[in-house]
This record gives sequence, C-alpha cells and structure tokens, in this order.
Amino acid sequence: MSSARPRGSDRRSNRSSTFLTCVAAVSTFAGSALADGFPQPGQIGFEEGVTSVANEAHFFHDWILLPIITVITLFVLGLLAYVMIKFNERSNPDASQVTHNTTLEVAWTVLPVMILVIIAIPSFRLLTHQVVVPPADVTLKATGKQWYWTYSYPPDEGGGFEFDSYMKPEESLAEGDIRLLSVDNEAVVPLGKTVRLLVTAADVIHSFTVPAFGIRIDAVPGRMNETWFKAERVGTYYGQCSKLCGKDHAYMPIAVKVVSPEDYAAWLAEAKKKFAAADLAPVRVADFDAHLVGQR
Amino acid sequence: MATTVSEFRAQQASGAHAAHADPTGWRRYLLSTNHKDIGTLYILFAIVGGLVGGGMSFFMRLELQEPHIQVFTHLAQYLNGASPDMAVDAAKNLYNVFITAHGLIMIFFMVMPALIGGFGNWFVPIMIGAPDMAFPRMNNISFWLLPAALLLAVVSMLVEGAPGMLGFGGGWVLYPPLSSTIGHPGPAMDFLILSIHIAGASSILGAINFITTIFNMRAPGMTLHKMPLFVWSILVTAFLLVLTLPVLAGAITMLLTDRNFGTTFFDPAGGGDPLLFQHLFWFFGHPEVYIVILPGFGVISQIISTFSKKPIFGYLGMAYAMVAIGVVGFVVWAHHMYTVGLSLEAQRYFVFATMVIAVPTGVKIFSWIATMWGGSISFRAPMLWAIGFIFLFTVGGVTGVVLANAGADRLFHETYYVVAHFHYTLSLGATFAVFAGFYYWFPKMTGYLYNETIAKAHFWVTFISVNLTFFPQHFLGLAGMPRRYIDYPDAFTLWNRVSSSGTYLSAVGLVLFLYLIYDAFARKRLAGNNPWGPGATTLEWTLPSPPPFHTFETLPRFEAVEH
Repeated sequence: MSSARPRGSDRRSNRSSTFLTCVAAVSTFAGSALADGFPQPGQIGFEEGVTSVANEAHFFHDWILLPIITVITLFVLGLLAYVMIKFNERSNPDASQVTHNTTLEVAWTVLPVMILVIIAIPSFRLLTHQVVVPPADVTLKATGKQWYWTYSYPPDEGGGFEFDSYMKPEESLAEGDIRLLSVDNEAVVPLGKTVRLLVTAADVIHSFTVPAFGIRIDAVPGRMNETWFKAERVGTYYGQCSKLCGKDHAYMPIAVKVVSPEDYAAWLAEAKKKFAAADLAPVRVADFDAHLVGQR
Repeated sequence: MATTVSEFRAQQASGAHAAHADPTGWRRYLLSTNHKDIGTLYILFAIVGGLVGGGMSFFMRLELQEPHIQVFTHLAQYLNGASPDMAVDAAKNLYNVFITAHGLIMIFFMVMPALIGGFGNWFVPIMIGAPDMAFPRMNNISFWLLPAALLLAVVSMLVEGAPGMLGFGGGWVLYPPLSSTIGHPGPAMDFLILSIHIAGASSILGAINFITTIFNMRAPGMTLHKMPLFVWSILVTAFLLVLTLPVLAGAITMLLTDRNFGTTFFDPAGGGDPLLFQHLFWFFGHPEVYIVILPGFGVISQIISTFSKKPIFGYLGMAYAMVAIGVVGFVVWAHHMYTVGLSLEAQRYFVFATMVIAVPTGVKIFSWIATMWGGSISFRAPMLWAIGFIFLFTVGGVTGVVLANAGADRLFHETYYVVAHFHYTLSLGATFAVFAGFYYWFPKMTGYLYNETIAKAHFWVTFISVNLTFFPQHFLGLAGMPRRYIDYPDAFTLWNRVSSSGTYLSAVGLVLFLYLIYDAFARKRLAGNNPWGPGATTLEWTLPSPPPFHTFETLPRFEAVEH
C-alpha cells in the first residue's frame, strides 16, 4: 500500500538498478529531469521543473556547474594518476628539487578566477530571477507549525479562509497516494498565474520547499519571507519541510495542486464555504504588505 | 648556546638530557605539563570520541538503510527506557539527538583534539625547536576541560529536552527557537550549552598557547618563513579559534539567558530575532570548518613533501594560501543562510566572497601535485592517505563551488547534497588527514613501526567505503531528499541502501585500524630515528623514537633553508 504510486511512476524505476549504469548515467543526467512532482525510485537528477525559475536553476546546474566541476575533478584525478605513474620510486629514483615556477603559479591562480567569473554571470542572473518577486496575480500564505502547514487565502482575492494541511498517516493512504508526501488538504493554485508566496512560522523555524517549482524559503517566527512561482503545468507537486523542527520534522510534507484558472475559481468558492465554518481569522494582502513594509 | 642540528643529534644519542625526574603512573598524565604526554592524551581522547561519534553514524545509517522506522524504536527503548507505546515518538526524538551529538562529537571531540590538540601539541614545539609549549600548565587544563565537556554532553543526552523526551535534538547548529524554551524546555539544552562553553574555553586556551609558542619560542634561525607548513597551519587555526569562539560563546550565552532569565535576544515576541543567532553562529561556524581542515592541510603538506623526497612546491604561496583562506573565511558566513530571506544584495555579496575561497584552495591542491611532480614517490601508508585526501578534498571542494551559488544552493540547501559535500571535505578530508598524520607520526610517537600491509588494507577499505557511503548522497540531494530525516519516501530507498552498505564496510576498516595499533604494540618493531628516509627533513626526525621526555634542553640552530 505504501508503495502505491500514480501514473507514470514506473517509467524509470529500473533505470538505475546497478551502480554501473548509474555511473554511466551521471555523465548524462543533465537535462534528464523527471516529471510528476515527486521523486522516482533510484532518481539521480532533479525533478522536472514546472516554472521558469526551476528550469533556469536546473540548466545552470546541469549544463554549467556540473560540466565544469566534472572536468576539474577529472583533471586533478588525471594529474594525480600521471605523477603516481611517472614519478614513483621505481620510474624516477632521483627526485628533482624544483620548488618554483612562476608561470605555473600565476596560471593556477588566474585560471580559476576566470572560471569563477564564467560561473558568476549566469549565477547572478538566476539569483535575481529567484529573489525579485514580479507583480503577482495570486497571494498565498503558508505558516509552518509543529508539525503541519497552514495555508491562508486573502479575502481581497476571493479567499478569506485558511486551513491546515497534515500529512496523511500511513493507514489512511488511498490508491495513488504517496507515503510521507500526500496530505489531507493540498494548497491549490491556478495554472499560469504568478503566485506570491508568503512564508512564516508560528513556533520554531521550518522551511517551505517545492523542488518542481525551484523554491525553498525558510519559515521564521516573527518574519514574513516571500518568494514566487508561476507553474506551467497542471499537477500536484510535493515537497518536504527543510529545516529541522523537532520530532516530526520528516512528517510535515508540502503538497501544492496546480489547476486551471476555472477550476481554481470553483475550488475557491467551494473552499470558502468549507473552511469558513472553521471561523479562522482572515488575512488580507494589504495586511501582508503592511507587514513587509514594516520589516524593510 | 645554540648547537647545530648535527651536534644536537649527537647529544641526544649520548642521552644528555633529563634534568627533572620523570613523573610516573597516573600523576604523569593527570598532572602532566609535558607537551608530548598531553598530545598523547588528546589522541587517545580523539580515538574514544571517534568511536562514539562513528558508532552513532553507524546506527543512523542502519536506520536509513530502509524506509520506515526500524532500528531507533528498539534503541529508544534500550537507551532511553521508552515504553513500547511511546517508542515511535522516542525513536524520532532519539534520531535527532543522535545527529546532533554525531556532529558535535566528531568536530569538538574527534577531529579538533586529534589534529590540533594531538598532532599540534606533539609536533609544533618539536618542529620549531622549542623544549615545550609556552604555558605547560595551561596546556594541562586545556586538555582536562575536554573530558568534562564530553561528560556534560553525555549528561545532556540523559535529561529532558523536548517535552517528555530525553536529550537535545535540534542539530549541531543549535538554532533557536527550537533550542530555546519553545522547542526544548528541558535542561538538556542547558547542559549542552555548558558543554560547548567548556569545550570552547579549552580550545581558546590551547590556541593562545600555540600562538605564544610559535611567536616566541622558535629556535635560533627558525624564522616564520622557514617554519614547516604544519606549524603555519596550526598558527592560522589558532588565530581562527581565538577570534571566533568568543562569538559562539556570546551567542550561546544569550541563548542561555533567553532560556533561563527572561531575555529575548532571539525571541520575536520580545523584539528579538532568531536569525541573529544564525548570524552569530555561522560567524563562528564557517571559520570552524577551516579550523577543522587547515591543520589537515598542514599534515598533508609534510607528508607529500616527505614521501616525494622534495621540498614543498611554492612554500610561501602555500603558507599564505592558508592565511588567505583563514581571512576570507571570516566574511562568508551567510552562505549557510541563503534561504532565510536575505536581501538580493546580501546574497550577491556572499556568493562573490564565497567563490573567492576557491582560489587559494586551488593553489593548495595544485601545489601539492607540483610537489609530487618530479619527485621520487614512495607509496607508504601515510602517502596513500595523503593522495586520497587530495582527490576526495577536490570532490568536496568543487561541490562547494556549486553550493556557493545562492541560485543553485536553493535547490540543495538542507538536502543530502550538502551532507555529501561536507562529508567529502570533513569525513573524507579531515579524517583522511587524521589517519595520514597518525600513520606518519605513529613510529615517532611510539617508537614502533606499524604493519604496512594492515595500514594499506585500512586505507583501501576506508577509501572504497567512504565513497560508497557519500557519493550516492549527491544523487539523493539532487532528487530532493532532505537531511535530518529519520524516514523518507520509498523512492529514495536504492541510494540509501548503497550508502548504508558503505558505512558497514567502513566499520571493517575501523576494526583493521584498532588491530593495527594492537599489533604494533604487541610486536614492538623498533622504528629508529627516521623510518621515512631522506625526504623527512623536519626536526622531529632527528630525535630518537619516541623522543626523550624533555627535548631541546640545548636549542638546535637552523642552517639557512631556501624556500
């Protein structure tokens, strides 16, 4: 039951059955990110991104950082192998006493600087895209608590309710649920809209993470952090709390359901009725903004 | 009054020393003011710390081999006396206590005592031709504070932390509010704060001792620019300790008053900020990782030079690369905090500053290889460990460059990729340096040769097992598995199994290591002054093995050595 998986999950399940295939795969996994919003058995690369930021970050890692560090590591390994073969006691009984070579020393200082500059340009661009929040269509607030999340939808955007999202315990998993990832109430967001995500915590520090969106932002008591995403595909995308928060740290997953704008409007109306009964203090976008202004 | 090294050697051979009576029995160690005996105590302490901390990681990997919770439910009932119906909750808590203790013990009670307290105490005075450390009695208290600190850490695991749970399970970073009364109202955290205070005091005293010794007690002719690189590494490390540990002490004192005396430094309800603690902690914590690795750099430099039979390549560059790493290490701390909500400008700065560190680190890697280039390398066990270090540290270093980029770090922060990265630099870097140094100086410290075959077997078993353990953790991190999780989605099972199998193999390596020590003392193969041949040029190899209780009663004089 616990290993019940939704559609498509077998696509790669036997891909990495041996260590050797995997070593071979290391060199090719760039760009082979995986779909579906949850990890696959034996996965060795990123989950497939469904936002522009996630795809940019994956490209940055898979096609810029990974090739560079692989080449550097193989280069060092090659040099080590060469000196071990060429300059061991048997093949080279008389050690030279050379201890300086200015050209070489300048080269191995300047070349790394140039490599770092090459890395820095896309790195800073990606960073700006991640951190600067564009004008948002929808605002969602997530509050981390020991050990669940509370999602609030502001009233001036058709919401005015909040609800708690707990992990489904193993005994109540249904067909298609994923152990440790499926929750009772998913956060719901519309497809193709820029969602501004406000994150805070009520007790200790938690961290809100959805790998497919390329977001990870800490939920800190007394602070309102913000980030954003614009999901480009319908589906349910999972993440897990990423800051040690006590006993049940491993048991407060995050599940975000991306639906079409029409479905979102319908869900909003329904959820408003369903969760309004709980009579929780509503939150407004204006309140968040006042809070953020106060923080700056 | 100075003598040359060769005169000095003759003097030693004729046994012209021992002005004082040598204390014996328990007084020799408990009351010791002798740098060699205190060094030995540190090394024994580090072996105990390593077995305890390593044992904990063994149980953690045993638990993580399969999804669900299997091992810690039993462990919690056995260790904490948890009742069977509470066993699952107690297991989750105990796992967090284990990851916390594993980190703290491995850093404060294994690597630091081994490299700084152990090898530093033994060989810094000898390498600079000093008769002992500058403050021998302070040296004694530096060591004996450590067992007290470890005892407090153990007590912390046996008293209440989180409500109804034993021990502090908030990770070695001790972040409030999880470590304040909100997360852990019980006294476990207070005991841990006292433990870290005392371990920190021990390190500060030791660091002051090293700085004073190195600046004031070098033998005639031993200028700063002639000091062996191991001494340089300890000097830089000592400065890092003196400058950063008071900041940690301040942070945990504020935490202590938050917990017990109603202050709100880290409590937003009273106008404080939990992130203040993170800034203070990492202002200590980042230099701390260099404190752990720099002495390792020093050890590796001595070994590479000795077994290549060549002086170190680019000596000044090597020395000042360590200084540069130490200095830049102070201004990169918030790269541990990219996800806390730092402004764009702050993140840009920390990306830039962090990447700068790659340059002096690259200088060191390439200079070690250049030292071997043209050499006549003998592959004795210490050299194998040193070459293993260079490769593994390179792997850990390049993943560090990946993580330096805030944009990429957002994908990896708090995942197993980070665990893989810092274990490649520490578990495979610093620990390889510890073993390299241990085999290199074992004949000098004990007078006996170790068994070369067992030592090499130990190396190969360890090299394979640690790669098996930690390389797959990169995959887990890429796939998004968070760290500090007792249970994980079933999709992560494969690489966790591989990783755990590596840990079991490394336990075999540890058994080989302990047998090797037993074998060396049982067989008593005499080492002689210098078992390593002409490449071993530092002063300790001119002394008998083990060196006499008091060395250099007449100071050696150094002939000019060109670097």
